[in-house]
Amino acid sequence: MRNFVFLLVCVAVAIVVFFAARMLHNDYIFFAGYTVLQFIVLATAWNILGGYTGYVNFGSAAFFAMGAYATVFFHKLYPQPIPVLIVIGGIVSGIVGFGMGYLTLRLRGAFFAIATLALAVVLQTFVVNWDYVGGSRGAYIIRPNENALVGPYIQYLFVLMLALVVIALVCARVIERSQLGYGFATIRDDELAAEACGVPTLRLKLIATTLSGALMGMAGAPFPYYIGYLQPSSAFGLEYAVNSIAMPMIGGTTSWVGPLIGAILLGSLQQIATVTISSAVNLLIVGLLLIAFVIVAPNGIVGLVQDTLRPRAK
Amino acid sequence: MLRKASSLGSAWGECVGLSFDLLINALIAGILLGGFYTAVTIGVSISFGILDIVNIAHPAFIILGSYIAYIININFGVDPIVISIVMLPAFYLLGAGIYQIYYEAFERRGQESLRGLSFFFGLLFVTEVTLILVFGVDYRYVEASYIGPSWRIGVMDFPLRMLVPCVAALALFVALQLFLSRTFIGRAISAVAQDQLALRLMAASPTRIKRIAFGISIATTAVAGALLIIIQPVEPSVGREYIGRVFAICVFGGLGSLPGTVIGAMLIGIVESFTATFYGPSWAPAVAFGVLLLTLAFRPAGLLGR
Amino acid sequence: MALLEVTGLSKRFGGFVALDGIDLSVLEGERVGLIGPNGSGKSTLVNCICGTLANETGSVRFDGQRMDGLLTHERTRRGMARSFQLPRPFVTLTVADNLRVPLLYTVNARASSSLKSADIHTRCAELLQLVGLAEKAAKLPRDLTQVEMRKLELARAMAAEPKLLIADESMAGLSQSEVDDIVALLIRLNERGITILLIEHIMRAVMRFSQRLVVLVSGRKIADGLPDAVIRDAEVEKAYLGQ
Repeated sequence: MRNFVFLLVCVAVAIVVFFAARMLHNDYIFFAGYTVLQFIVLATAWNILGGYTGYVNFGSAAFFAMGAYATVFFHKLYPQPIPVLIVIGGIVSGIVGFGMGYLTLRLRGAFFAIATLALAVVLQTFVVNWDYVGGSRGAYIIRPNENALVGPYIQYLFVLMLALVVIALVCARVIERSQLGYGFATIRDDELAAEACGVPTLRLKLIATTLSGALMGMAGAPFPYYIGYLQPSSAFGLEYAVNSIAMPMIGGTTSWVGPLIGAILLGSLQQIATVTISSAVNLLIVGLLLIAFVIVAPNGIVGLVQDTLRPRAK
Repeated sequence: MLRKASSLGSAWGECVGLSFDLLINALIAGILLGGFYTAVTIGVSISFGILDIVNIAHPAFIILGSYIAYIININFGVDPIVISIVMLPAFYLLGAGIYQIYYEAFERRGQESLRGLSFFFGLLFVTEVTLILVFGVDYRYVEASYIGPSWRIGVMDFPLRMLVPCVAALALFVALQLFLSRTFIGRAISAVAQDQLALRLMAASPTRIKRIAFGISIATTAVAGALLIIIQPVEPSVGREYIGRVFAICVFGGLGSLPGTVIGAMLIGIVESFTATFYGPSWAPAVAFGVLLLTLAFRPAGLLGR
Repeated sequence: MALLEVTGLSKRFGGFVALDGIDLSVLEGERVGLIGPNGSGKSTLVNCICGTLANETGSVRFDGQRMDGLLTHERTRRGMARSFQLPRPFVTLTVADNLRVPLLYTVNARASSSLKSADIHTRCAELLQLVGLAEKAAKLPRDLTQVEMRKLELARAMAAEPKLLIADESMAGLSQSEVDDIVALLIRLNERGITILLIEHIMRAVMRFSQRLVVLVSGRKIADGLPDAVIRDAEVEKAYLGQ
């Protein structure tokens, strides 16, 4: 299926999803659905770096939160329509991703991973001390009740997130099938051999880090409007860190399908679980699933399906 | 003599316009903190510096050690450091067990990087969430006779709750350094990083040696955890602050060098202490991050690294 | 004209001197063999020439230009290709795709060429045919035998269309007839104009292949000349062959 056709299919599916949700006449669907869609974007973004190139980002929450706080900053300074904020969030997070990558990607993947963890802590400290965006007390964002085009505001946010999902999935698929995708795969498989074959590994890793960070920032930009009251502990929350990794690892990291499946499955399960059991237990289960899959099914659900459909002959 | 020096120093400080008291006490606090950081990092010196395993869950085990010290201390009044020594074998076995899983699942298949990191991240995460579930997010602290009083020499202030852990940490370092350089297993551990073939020829199984080393690495977290909860109140997310710190110290000091770790820990402790005194305590975690980035950018081998 | 000019190259690992002032030149079109006992520094030398490791002193000139500071992929794009002593295939890519990578990233990256995807496909097929892996084009590297992996390793280096091919112990573990096949292949490549530096332990292959023989022992070059003369050299016999 050519990429352009894929784009059309995605848009079509998105439209169907939106109108199907509208027919249920229950705003909760939009609230819960928004979270799942957000996770699809985060998981897909993480996978562009982690799954394709093999460089693990433990600080997804930081990139997500930067998009959210860029929105808060502009909301106070000079309010913008959300699509503009999404672009700004993407740019801010993209630049930070690039900067951090430039400093740490010349060294081993392990150092990059550690740096992402440290980055999350440092950025949270910075935000907690920054009173303009609310600091530790948090910031209130009053969201309008209605959007002229779509209707209830939550539906507007849902549509925006759907658009981001389409962008993220198309991005991932285009990369996968392009020369860039080959380059990423060689970095994952054997960086030394990749260099010897002429692959400019640092440049490609920077592209992946920047793109991944930018997408995460874009996912974070509408968040303050969704949640209404933004605190550093929620923006930098544990669930973003673990889910961005668990969803692609459980779904499958080698293609765009994995994060999608992982996000839909885990995201929906978590929405259900948060209502029935506590959110901490819910996160615990995600963590345990991550460990289990990483040990037992390293290629995720996609890998398991592929193995059953095509048994390996030696 | 110390009194004379400190009064001279005060005079100098007044001339220069700085508070000598503040400076000297920040320095002392930094050194004591650095000693404690040695205990926190020494396990990673072994697991990352020697075994090349990126155990980012190391701080989670430290927090676990803190909570165990807390429960026993609160219920039975036993001194936290004593508790940690008793817990050493249990933590050792935990470490050996985790290494075995890591080895079977990842090292043998050559898939260490992405999957190994995710595995340890999962452990870190699960440990933190379990502690939240069991203990909640309130800060916990222990009680001991030396938490509270300080020794004073002139204007110099040595809080015992920092001095005791510093001394204990340095004792731990000396013990480990002797072990690594004087015993057969210790030297095998130092060697396993460099020459696995030679090790095999000496009829020592590299896997077994690595398992012992990793077990020791986790055993140190029992002690580090007890020391941590003596120095400051602990809640489950405190571990995350330490991840950057621990690896920063390890890299800065030089991978594989235990003395390097001590020096790195001291220096970072001092810089953090000065930062906290003059810019505010919330900026302290950024120090380690900054040091890590600078080291990686300019001298990745660290101070005393191989 | 010297295609590769290594002058005074030294490399240390901590206190250990792996290479001590190596001088080596390889003329365009030559077939040079490099031998030496295990641990003599052969692979370290290759790594320094290719930019995988940074040498402390000395310089590497390739095609008249200094290579200092250039990253490995830049050196590959200028015409230096190497195969690895222990094969390092891209394990998630098929055999054909393994060859596609240097075609996309090295050959296509040169200003002088722009291969269309059909051309790339053809060249992959040609290379696979050349090394005898044509039937395994769609397989993954894990399905190959040791021998086939070594052939893939060589083919991948060849796919970069190098001026200089450095083959690092590509024949370990092969049978006699397989060794002869690879030597014949390399000589054919040389006849097409590719300069080859062959690092090997298998004396039979080295003697048949090399126009000139260099011997490395404990990080120093102890001999450099015609193969027959070199193996009769007393120092070489003592250090390497005599034991």
